[in-house]
Amino acid sequence: MQILNRRNFIKTAAAASALPLVGRAAFADEPLKVGYIYLGPVGDYGWTWAHEKGRKAMVEHFKGKVVADYVENVAEDASATPVIKDLAAQGHKLIFTTSFGYMDQTLEVAKAYPDAKFEHCTGYKHADNVATYNNRFHEGRAVQGTIAGHMSKTGVIGYLGSFKVPEVVMGVNSFALSAQAVNPNIKVKLIMIDSWFDPAKEAAAAETLANLGCDIIATHTDSPAALQVCEKKKLFGFGQGADMSRFAPHAHLTAIEDIWGPYYISRAQAVLDGSWKGGGDSWWGMKEGSVVISPYNKAVPANVVAAAEKVVAGYKDGSYDVFTGPIYDQAGAEKVKKGERMPLGTLAGIDWYVKGVQS
Amino acid sequence: MTLEFLIAALVTVVNVSTPILLAATGELVVEKSGTLNLGVEGMMLLGAIAGFAITYIAGDPQWSDSAPWLATLAPWLGVVAGAVAGMLGAMLFGVLALTLGANQVATGLALVIFGTGVSSLIGAAYVGLALTPFDQIFPDNLAQDPVLKLVFGYSPLVYFAFLMVGAVYWFLNRTRAGLVLRAVGENDVSARSIGYSVIGVRYAALAFGGAMSGIAGAYFSMVITPLWAEGMTAGRGWIALALVVFSGWRPGRLLGGAYFFGVFMTLELYAKASGFSFLPSQFWASMPYLMAIVVLALMSARESGGAEAPACLGKTFMPDA
Amino acid sequence: MRIRFEKRREPSRVMQAVTPVAAVLLTMVIGAIIFQLIGYDGPRAVREIFFTPILAAYKWSDVGRRAAPLILIALGLCMGNRAKVWNIGAEGQYIVGALSGAGVAYFTQGLTGPWIIPLMLLAGLIGGALWAAIPAFLKTRYRVNEILSSLMLVYVALQLLNYLVTGPWKDPNGHNFPQTAPFTPSQMLPKMVFGTPFPPGLFIAFALAFAFWIVMSRSEFGLGVRVVGDAPKAARYAGYNADKMVWHTLLISGAMAGLAGILEASSQSGQLNLGFPSGYGFTAIIVSFLGRLHPLGALLAGIVLAITYVGGQVAQTVVHVPNATAGIFQATMLFLILASDVLVRRRIRIDWGTKAAPQAAPAGAAAK
Repeated sequence: MQILNRRNFIKTAAAASALPLVGRAAFADEPLKVGYIYLGPVGDYGWTWAHEKGRKAMVEHFKGKVVADYVENVAEDASATPVIKDLAAQGHKLIFTTSFGYMDQTLEVAKAYPDAKFEHCTGYKHADNVATYNNRFHEGRAVQGTIAGHMSKTGVIGYLGSFKVPEVVMGVNSFALSAQAVNPNIKVKLIMIDSWFDPAKEAAAAETLANLGCDIIATHTDSPAALQVCEKKKLFGFGQGADMSRFAPHAHLTAIEDIWGPYYISRAQAVLDGSWKGGGDSWWGMKEGSVVISPYNKAVPANVVAAAEKVVAGYKDGSYDVFTGPIYDQAGAEKVKKGERMPLGTLAGIDWYVKGVQS
Repeated sequence: MTLEFLIAALVTVVNVSTPILLAATGELVVEKSGTLNLGVEGMMLLGAIAGFAITYIAGDPQWSDSAPWLATLAPWLGVVAGAVAGMLGAMLFGVLALTLGANQVATGLALVIFGTGVSSLIGAAYVGLALTPFDQIFPDNLAQDPVLKLVFGYSPLVYFAFLMVGAVYWFLNRTRAGLVLRAVGENDVSARSIGYSVIGVRYAALAFGGAMSGIAGAYFSMVITPLWAEGMTAGRGWIALALVVFSGWRPGRLLGGAYFFGVFMTLELYAKASGFSFLPSQFWASMPYLMAIVVLALMSARESGGAEAPACLGKTFMPDA
Repeated sequence: MRIRFEKRREPSRVMQAVTPVAAVLLTMVIGAIIFQLIGYDGPRAVREIFFTPILAAYKWSDVGRRAAPLILIALGLCMGNRAKVWNIGAEGQYIVGALSGAGVAYFTQGLTGPWIIPLMLLAGLIGGALWAAIPAFLKTRYRVNEILSSLMLVYVALQLLNYLVTGPWKDPNGHNFPQTAPFTPSQMLPKMVFGTPFPPGLFIAFALAFAFWIVMSRSEFGLGVRVVGDAPKAARYAGYNADKMVWHTLLISGAMAGLAGILEASSQSGQLNLGFPSGYGFTAIIVSFLGRLHPLGALLAGIVLAITYVGGQVAQTVVHVPNATAGIFQATMLFLILASDVLVRRRIRIDWGTKAAPQAAPAGAAAK
């Protein structure tokens, strides 16, 4: 049976659809095939691992009506296009491209396969069959900043960033503002390492931040390297994308966990119902349950836990937004008036840091 | 700029420079014997995954419960495994370049690509796992002290690197075997006519170079960031190659050169963090490489143009008899 | 029993042609066995990597698109390698060529006209050549090894790209993401031309392959390249200037790499971002060796390597082998071709015993 399938696959490109997925039981109704491309390996216990968890949750939810495949370690360059194209050619009708750098490639393939539906994570370009989705990670950053503000003894906290893109800038600002709400004089030192995943550089950068006086370090990069440095130097840090306490049992205070399952389930359902629409953006957060704070380390005092939980509750019921004015930029100009909330549209394109961030 | 800050920065410099120093020390011996092995990056990655994997397996609780000594021994086993892996890569190079007379540049490059691929393949099973860093060996009061940690705060591999530089210097300049090795590198035909096995000596040098590169790779996966990531050496192998030339093939200058590079690599990060940005950060990131070129040019200009390179470097030796 | 390698009088032409083919075939066999042993479907992996891209028509454009830059860069490298000038920094020249062309695009943003694209391509050629001129200068003036200088410049080129797409050339409408503004229609070449699924770069590569072949085999210059590489002392006697050869070969390979870069940018990606460098500059080195440093060989080898790239990605999707697999196959092919090189230059002789020799001596001595 295998040989027959291989030959068929090679002979008819168009009919290449279900054949590679040998081993999957056939149903009377063809199950919906969903495809994923991942930036890193599923074992990274961070960004990609969280998406994979979401994918698994979706498959389990639909009990056979939905099947899903993934390709990992897809680079954010032109080589991603054939991967996405393959998924589309193999009959995947809903394809999630889980990193910003897949934006143009997704659009290119979407044009060639108009009846497949594409969802691009953290992007901003749309088409009739391309939607984007994002997560309000910055809500989690506000929790981290609150904890850091309370627990920092040196008054200097660090942020290990990747690129100066809005997602990261938002995170830095949220971290800084929430820490400043606790300690107005707190300083945030920022290093951008120009990569999402480079353990050696992350470690070196974390060491540098530590040498510059930071005693709590948050990271926006995908490996636990910075946390390991914190553990070694007996400092504190936060996990990114997933609970990373196994890498740094003493240093890991808490983590922002990305819970993609509910979103993936809802989108697959929309395709099954026929109600899926492209061209728009979905931006879920704590209220929808896609950003979750992992258990707190024993080292976090009870009052700090309470303050953190207050932020979470505030986001869940909509009463709290860290980007509430007055907010000043690094030059001291007022960007958001007192009492006003920064509109989400501005936030999505933000490229300036708040006062107190040293970059 | 307090003393503590300066010490902390210097410690970072030492940590960053050590893997380059280890690999360069090995490659220096290889090149002194007349072979140009460009495959350092590949051997480092092989060493990195081997070191990580063996340390992880040896330190696995299911073993150490019945044999607790295994857990303490685990990192040392890992280092040995890293050395062996690097050596195997070097031997592959040797068969092709020494025995079969293949082009050394191409073979070295093939080794890089091969090492990158094989380490990724093996490493796939080890992503997301962590080790305890193979770190400080001196007790806390010495190693954590803000000032004394400049001397006592390092992983055993750092001290090993220092020792090896000294050992290589002594070997090359004060022993008969070292003299033979240098002769083989300067004039292989004459060395052979005296009766020395040119191929044999070069194989031995390759083995040493491979072992050192493997250990350098293990430094990444066991000390700097005790986890495995594809391509985690990020081009440091090539800097090690530059360092060998930069040092004029002299072990003593190797030490200075390694720290010189380390300073620039560290400067890049400090510049980014302290807002020291009158020049774009990418300029600082380019500095180690630009500096390598500048020093290469200056050295060659000053000392009658590369006359220090072993005369047979890179030339295939295949006697017809 | 002793195995000796006895030098042939002339390099064996049979072996020269057979060994690359044998290397590819042997790689398939070894690869299938090894992957099967580690738990993947070995034969299937090999099939996906080597055969699917040829047999599945929808993959042809991917193969063509990958092959174009590989062949272009390898042509220049073949020439340099023949002269024993080792340009390891082709990747850097590729990037700088693309940047030069993108620079022209940046400054002609509001303009239209058929002169823009040729200007961009010219800029790419010149940019790549200039970047290669640095190692050429350093080698001829300061005797700096071109392997190291060209390699260090790759990293500098990466930083230059980084600086330009995050700073001065960043797309003002790009939400601050590190990328240049997308090229306008008058700055873009079509992705596929002449009704085929292939990019313009592939046709240029074919044409240039033949051009290089003619130059290398029939021109004074080509002869000079080969002589300087094979017999440097004789070359000097014959009046060939080794330094000039360094300049010529580096400038040409730099220009080719730069051309490949701008073609890739203007016909495929349409803008530059941090993901632009794809490692073609390094893979092209393998291509040049697999093609036996011959322009037409590079043409074939480029296609073979493009197939393994495309196939490697298919295998990843279908057999779930890691994406490093393609690299392992490519490296194995290179190892095998390098190993088999010995069969071109030498013959294997096995001495089974030493009985014949001592007998000959007394006979010879007695005859005296």
